Amino acid sequence: MSYEAITSEVMNPLLMTRVGRIWWISLLVSLALTVMMVVSILWLFANGIGVWGLNQSNIWGFAIANYVWWIGIGNAGTLISSMLLLTRQRWRASVNRFAEAMTLFAAAIAGLYPILHLGRPWFFYWLMPYPNTMGVWPQWRSPLVWDFFAIASYLIFSLLFWYTGLIPDLATARDRAAPGLRRALYGFMSFGWTGSASDWLRLESFYKTAAAMAVPLVFSVHSVVGLDFAAGLAPGWAETIFPPYFVFGAAYSGFAMVVTLAIPIRWAFNLQGLVTRSHLNVMGKMLLFLSLIMSISYATEWFMAWYAGSEAERDLILFKFFGAYAPYYWLMLACNCVIPLALWVPAVRRTPKLILAVALAINLGMWLERILITTTTPSHGHLPSSWQIYTPTIWDWTLWFGTLGFFTLLFLIFVRLVPFISLHEVKQFDWQRRRA
Amino acid sequence: MSGHHLLAGFAEPGELMGAIEKAREAGFSDLEAYSPFAIEGVAEAIGHRPTRIRIVMAVAGVIGAACGFGLQAWSAMVAYPINSGGRPLFSWPAFMLVTFELTVLFAVVAGFVAFILRSGLTKLHQPLFAAPNFHRASHDLFFLRVTVDGDANAARELLKGLSPIVIDEVPA
Repeated sequence: MSYEAITSEVMNPLLMTRVGRIWWISLLVSLALTVMMVVSILWLFANGIGVWGLNQSNIWGFAIANYVWWIGIGNAGTLISSMLLLTRQRWRASVNRFAEAMTLFAAAIAGLYPILHLGRPWFFYWLMPYPNTMGVWPQWRSPLVWDFFAIASYLIFSLLFWYTGLIPDLATARDRAAPGLRRALYGFMSFGWTGSASDWLRLESFYKTAAAMAVPLVFSVHSVVGLDFAAGLAPGWAETIFPPYFVFGAAYSGFAMVVTLAIPIRWAFNLQGLVTRSHLNVMGKMLLFLSLIMSISYATEWFMAWYAGSEAERDLILFKFFGAYAPYYWLMLACNCVIPLALWVPAVRRTPKLILAVALAINLGMWLERILITTTTPSHGHLPSSWQIYTPTIWDWTLWFGTLGFFTLLFLIFVRLVPFISLHEVKQFDWQRRRA
Repeated sequence: MSGHHLLAGFAEPGELMGAIEKAREAGFSDLEAYSPFAIEGVAEAIGHRPTRIRIVMAVAGVIGAACGFGLQAWSAMVAYPINSGGRPLFSWPAFMLVTFELTVLFAVVAGFVAFILRSGLTKLHQPLFAAPNFHRASHDLFFLRVTVDGDANAARELLKGLSPIVIDEVPA
C-alpha cells in the first residue's frame, strides 16, 4: 500500500465521510445506557449499597466481580501494545491503538467500581497517603491499598503511553483537516509535532522503554487483583495459583474484547486492508492458546482441592459443579474451555463472523467466571451457618449494563475523534517490509 | 536556527538518506530531517547525539522507589504504627508492591515530561508549518532541511540535483 492509501484509509472515515445511521443509533443506545448508569449510581448514593443483592456473607457481589472483569479487559490492551512491540510483531500496528483506548476506558470504569462499593464513597481518598489532621496513614499490608496504587499508576501509565503514540497521528490529522475548529483542536492536541529526526529519536526511546516497563506493570496490576482474593483464608480463594491465573484470565478476556471491537470497526470503516484476515488468524491463535491455559488453571484448582485434602475446599468444588450456581459454572466452562476449541480449525480463525461469535462467548464466559469467583466462596465458606446465595438485584444489572453502555459511548466518540489505527507504525512496517 | 531554511521533500526514506549524505559532503552541517514515521539511522546520519531520556527515566524510577518505600516504612513504623495481628511493623515484603508501582509511575511521568520539554512540544506553532508542502511531512514525504548561511543558489542547485519531489523555502 502506498503512504497515501494508508493515510486515506484511516483519515477519510475520520475527516471526510459523514457518519452513518448505525453510528448514530449506537450512540443513542449507549447514551441511554450511560444515563441508566448515572441513575444507578445516584440511586446507590441516595440509598446505600443495600440496593445491591449483597447479604451477610456475600459482601462483594457484582461490584467487585465487574471490577475484576473490567480491569482484565484493560489488561490485554497494554499487553498487546507492549509485549508485541518488544517482540517486534508487525501485526500489532493495526490493532494497538484501539486496544490501548480500550485499556484506558476499561481501566477507568474498573476504578469506579471499588469506589462505589465503599459504602461511603466520598471518603475514597482515605486510601491515599496524605498528611491529614487525624495523623492516620493507610494500612500498607492491605491488598486493597495495593490495589489503589496499582490502578492509579496503571491509569496514568496507560494514558501517557497511549497519548505518546498518538501525537504523530494527531499531527497527521491536523495536517489533513480543513481549517476550522477540528484543525485547531488537532493542532492543540498534537503539541506542534513536526516529525523531526530528533523528536522521533526521543519518542521511540521513551515509547520502547515505557513498553518494557508495561509488561511487569500489567502483571503486577492483575496479580494484585488476584491477591485481593488469595490473601485471605477462604476456601477457593486462598490459592497460590491466583495471581498468574488472574493475569492470564485478564489477557484472555481482553483479547476476546479486542476481537469483539476490531471486527465491527473493520467492517464499519472498511479497514479490510489494514486489519486483515491474517490479523484475525493470529488473534484467534492467541485466544486458543489462552483458553488452553485457562482450562489448565481450572483443572489445577480441582486437583489442588483434592490433593490438599481440605474438607472445605473439596466441598466447595462439589458446590461449584452441583450447587446453586452450577448451571452458570457449566456455562462458563463451555464458553471458556469448550467453544474456543473451534479455533483449532483455520477456517474459523479466518472467518470474521465465526471468530466474533467465539470472542463473544469468551467475553460471557470470563464475565461469569468473575461473578462466580466472587460469589461462590462467600456462599459456601468454612461456616455452614453463613451459607447464603447471592442474587443480584435490578440495580446490580442496571449498573453493569450502564457501564457497558458508557464504555461503548466512549469508544464511539473515540473512533470519531482520534486516528484509530496507528498510522505512523503501519507506514513504518510497510516500508520495512518493502525494503526487506 | 539562524539564517534561511530550504526544505526538500523526497518520496522514500532511502532517497532522504542519500540526500543527507550528499548534503553533508557538500559541507552543510545544520541539517534536520522530517518524516511521517521513525526511520532507523536517520538521526545518526544527521549527527544527532543519542537521547538521554532513558537516563532520566532510570533516575526518576530510583527516586520513585525510594519515595514509595520510604513513605511506607516511615508511616508504618514511626508515624502510625498499628499492631496488626502481631506482625512486625517493618513488614517490608508487603511494601514491595507499592514501591514497584511508584517506580514505574515516576519513571514514566518523568520520561514523558522530558520527551515533551526536550522536543519543544510546548510550542504549538513552528515556523516550518508556513512552508507550502510541509503538511506532507506527516503524510507521505520525507523532508530534508538545509540551513543556508551565504549563497542560497548553491544550496538550491544542490537540492535540485538530488531530484526531490518538492523544494520549499521556509518563510522567515
